[in-house]
Amino acid sequence: MRELRALLSRDLGLMWQKRSDAAQPMLFALMVCVMFPLAMGSEPARLAQSASAVIWVAHLLAGMLVLDNLYRSDFEDGSLEQLLLAPVPLPMVIASKVAVHWLTTALPLLVLTPLLAQLLFLPAHLLPILMLSLLIGSLLMSLIGAIVAALTLGIRRSGLLLALMALPMYVPVLVFGAGSVWSAGQGLPWLGAIYLMCAGLVLLTVLAPWAAASALRLALS
Amino acid sequence: MNKLLLWFNQTGSPARFDAFAQRWSTPSFVVALVLMAIGIYGALLAVPADYKQGDSFRILYIHVPAAWMSLMIFVIMAVQSAIALIWRIKICELIAMASAPIGAVFTAITLISGAVWGKPTWGTWWTWDPRLTSELVLLFLYLGVIGLYNAIDDRRAAGRAAAFLAIIGVVNVPIVHFAVTWWNTLHQGETIRLIGPSKMDSSMIWPLLVLALATKLWYIGSVLVRTRVLNLQQESQKQWVLDRYGESA
Repeated sequence: MRELRALLSRDLGLMWQKRSDAAQPMLFALMVCVMFPLAMGSEPARLAQSASAVIWVAHLLAGMLVLDNLYRSDFEDGSLEQLLLAPVPLPMVIASKVAVHWLTTALPLLVLTPLLAQLLFLPAHLLPILMLSLLIGSLLMSLIGAIVAALTLGIRRSGLLLALMALPMYVPVLVFGAGSVWSAGQGLPWLGAIYLMCAGLVLLTVLAPWAAASALRLALS
Repeated sequence: MNKLLLWFNQTGSPARFDAFAQRWSTPSFVVALVLMAIGIYGALLAVPADYKQGDSFRILYIHVPAAWMSLMIFVIMAVQSAIALIWRIKICELIAMASAPIGAVFTAITLISGAVWGKPTWGTWWTWDPRLTSELVLLFLYLGVIGLYNAIDDRRAAGRAAAFLAIIGVVNVPIVHFAVTWWNTLHQGETIRLIGPSKMDSSMIWPLLVLALATKLWYIGSVLVRTRVLNLQQESQKQWVLDRYGESA
């Protein structure tokens, strides 16, 4: 427990030093959401129809772009190898890393989401559902991303490859997440998709750190 | 040790595998080609045209065996990957990596032939039907495995990482399939289904079975050749390679 606290405070401290970096995914998501009205025309009814899908895709892409940062800096300065050797279970180390990564990249995006929803004229009653689905979805994507990002550590320029590997894994999350908001918009029951995502979250919270740990060992051995 | 286990252990050694692959790849290709010729003859000429779809249904004889192969190869790849990661058998790692491009091509054939069939039958090249979508995701997963394997310089590390990705992928495929099924049944009332082969008349089914067998043999021949090449590349400095192929190099 003491080690976990030390690790968390170290990672959070490091993130605080580079706090301007945290604004980048927010800016990116904002840019994506601005591009859509420019491309589609600014008719509010049409924008409202696709708003939830656009915001979901913006979240997904922004989350994917910062995925590489999860281990990269620790890998480059060698502290990741020290963590591998440390007498602390590696899945726990990864769980804390994912938690910090989520707090510093996905949470700011979630805070930004109401603004994005306003920009795209999302109907107000859908906003809570969108936020809920994004909250669970971003956690899921962080956990899945932790496994995939571990595999690409050995590669210097992994950006496009990481996208190729991560996006197929994100498909179910996107389908259920965006699908729940979509069906709520149609007046259909939407809780089922949320429940399924919660089930996935429970499963991945247990399995993903462990899987990411073995992926990391493979990548660094 | 019993005989079968002993055979597997011996064939797993790079030198023995090389001889095994050299011996069996050509016969598999020959039998596959003969079967393909028979199957294509049956599919294009012998079998009567469908009363509803006319001649366009004949694409099915390419499409369905390719679709079966695309799934089967992914499962084989994942199983070989698991064996490679758990028991560290190098040949299994190479078989898994050699399977990936073959599976990707079968998946591409499935998608393309499906689109060609869909245009006259459904009136569209593409629809977001669950089976089509999950097949497309399957192609991306294959490409991810191939991309990861090619991106890492150290061949063993590349093999292990890509094998891990293949295992995650095989877990993901059914999830994607059910996700999209669920999403689509919610989305649209009409369901478009591919024709199930079980509903086929027995006079029409035999070329399908022949072609299914032919594609499997083609895969065996192809995977043996590809694995052999990968194996020789990685073992090129070993004594057995120099002994066997040294004078010709």
